[in-house]
Amino acid sequence: MGLRLNLVLGGTLCLIVIVAAVLAPWLTPLSPVMDADLMNAELPPSAEFWFGTDAQGRDVFTRILYGARVSLTVGIGSQLINTTIGLILGISAGYFGGWWDDLVNGLTNLMLSVPSLIFALAIMAVLGPGLSSLLIALGLTNWSWTCRIARSSTLSLKSQSYVQAAKTLGYSDFRIMLTQILPNIVGPVLVIATLGMGDAILAEAALSFLGLGIQPPQPSWGNMLTDARELIAIAPWVAIFPGLAIFMTVLGLNLFGDGLRDWLDPHMRTRPV
Amino acid sequence: MSGTRALLEVQDLQIDIVSAKHRHNVVENVSFTIDHGETFGLVGESGCGKSITALAMIGLLRSPLVISSGSIRFRDRELRGLPERELRKLRGNRIAMIFQEPMTALNPVSPVGRQIAEMFVLHQGATWHEAERKAVEALASVQVPAPEQRVKSYPHEMSGGMRQRIMIAIALACKPDLLIADEPTTALDVTVQAEILKLMKELCSARGTAVLMISHDLGVIAKMCRNVGIMYAGHLVEQRPVEAIFRSPSHPYTNGLLNSLPRLGSRGIHGRKRLQEITGVVPSISAFPAGCRFQPRCERASALCATTQPDQADLGDEGYVRCFHHG
Repeated sequence: MGLRLNLVLGGTLCLIVIVAAVLAPWLTPLSPVMDADLMNAELPPSAEFWFGTDAQGRDVFTRILYGARVSLTVGIGSQLINTTIGLILGISAGYFGGWWDDLVNGLTNLMLSVPSLIFALAIMAVLGPGLSSLLIALGLTNWSWTCRIARSSTLSLKSQSYVQAAKTLGYSDFRIMLTQILPNIVGPVLVIATLGMGDAILAEAALSFLGLGIQPPQPSWGNMLTDARELIAIAPWVAIFPGLAIFMTVLGLNLFGDGLRDWLDPHMRTRPV
Repeated sequence: MSGTRALLEVQDLQIDIVSAKHRHNVVENVSFTIDHGETFGLVGESGCGKSITALAMIGLLRSPLVISSGSIRFRDRELRGLPERELRKLRGNRIAMIFQEPMTALNPVSPVGRQIAEMFVLHQGATWHEAERKAVEALASVQVPAPEQRVKSYPHEMSGGMRQRIMIAIALACKPDLLIADEPTTALDVTVQAEILKLMKELCSARGTAVLMISHDLGVIAKMCRNVGIMYAGHLVEQRPVEAIFRSPSHPYTNGLLNSLPRLGSRGIHGRKRLQEITGVVPSISAFPAGCRFQPRCERASALCATTQPDQADLGDEGYVRCFHHG
């Protein structure tokens, strides 16, 4: 079997979002902020305004394209930070054990016991709204699962004969962690990272919805939903399309993560011998 | 460098399990030497301290196991107390090791060629490009067919015998002076076992690599080794050239081991003869007897054996035995 359905479907959805984000200025002639036109406010979807217009008469399609930039940046950026923190802490804790393991464990439990959104909220409150504080807030609060998985996988891998064999072959601790342990936990960690990307996009939407994320008039899928709150009865398209965009992206990421895990596992890959 | 000295000299090695409350001896008074290019066999049943002795030699004993006394000299250099960084340069490079389980001793997510190549990168500072080329040669040297294609294979795509060949290729990649083979063929079936042993013998003698062969299989030892040490409960009870051990075993434990082997055509007058077993079991580490450790199971034991540890008694054939009643 060649490419998997999950991988193709998820990859296509993700690709659509990436293309939308990167090519936004070429895909729409309008500006997401400046082209407000109160004469054309709250128009339903039409040939001119594909997804309709919002309360200020801005094109919802245009705003979704530009909003994809925020969502992607937040999703990928925060997960890069999360995964890096989780992997470094988890692998080193599992590998070295001792007081370091206890410390990391305590920290992980602390992170897990406080809802990460509340934690992110607190950080945002200190740093103030904006894209960079969103990245920091979401990047520092969601590494506990990666860390746990990395640590428990490392614990079981550590006793595998090939890790022991690597020691007898002169590998340093760092090299063992890098070449023997890391490649063996990439699968599960990647799945968590892509799932977490979906979470981060949702969290961005939530924080923006609460007014702490991306500030209007800059569009993000979250603050578009905030604006749409009052219009949901009279102009539902203003809420539906950003919601659909979030849904599609998160679904795409989850499918892609699943497919990627299968594809990365050499046992699942069949090649002619 | 004095080429006349032995490659490896282990002197009075003592290894203990140390916990906060207890200190139990695991290996005691173990001494042996291995010359350049020699194959030395270490025989004993499971748990007698063979593998621990081997791990001690490359500095990989981990708490609670500690080397309490003795010395391990490799190429005239004391390995005991050598810093980790220096030991790492030796491991895999000058002293390599292969294990009993070929099914799990290779990294499942890395192509075998890369695992071989890593040795050249690690110990010889080769570039990955060079190393991958050398890996093909290394695969060819262990007689893996179509090595150019095989370097890209993953371990799960190979049979046990093939994987053990890969392990040998990795271990011998840097042309080590000493190869520690810890029951290298135990997990393989008999025909593959013979092939692997033949391969090891050929490669090691071609490269002048000495081998420390750890096994509980006397057949393997007889085929491969020049000198043999018999271990029982952490003591090296008899050490002699291989022919001498099989012709005239001196220690009662060695005798028992040989008698417990089935032989072709070994029938008594009344048909089948019962195999002789050694009665009793190996004492647990926390309950080693004070004198000779084999004494509770020994037919020749006397009052002296229960209280005093026997010293080495020379046997005149470059070998010795630790027994008051050897014969």
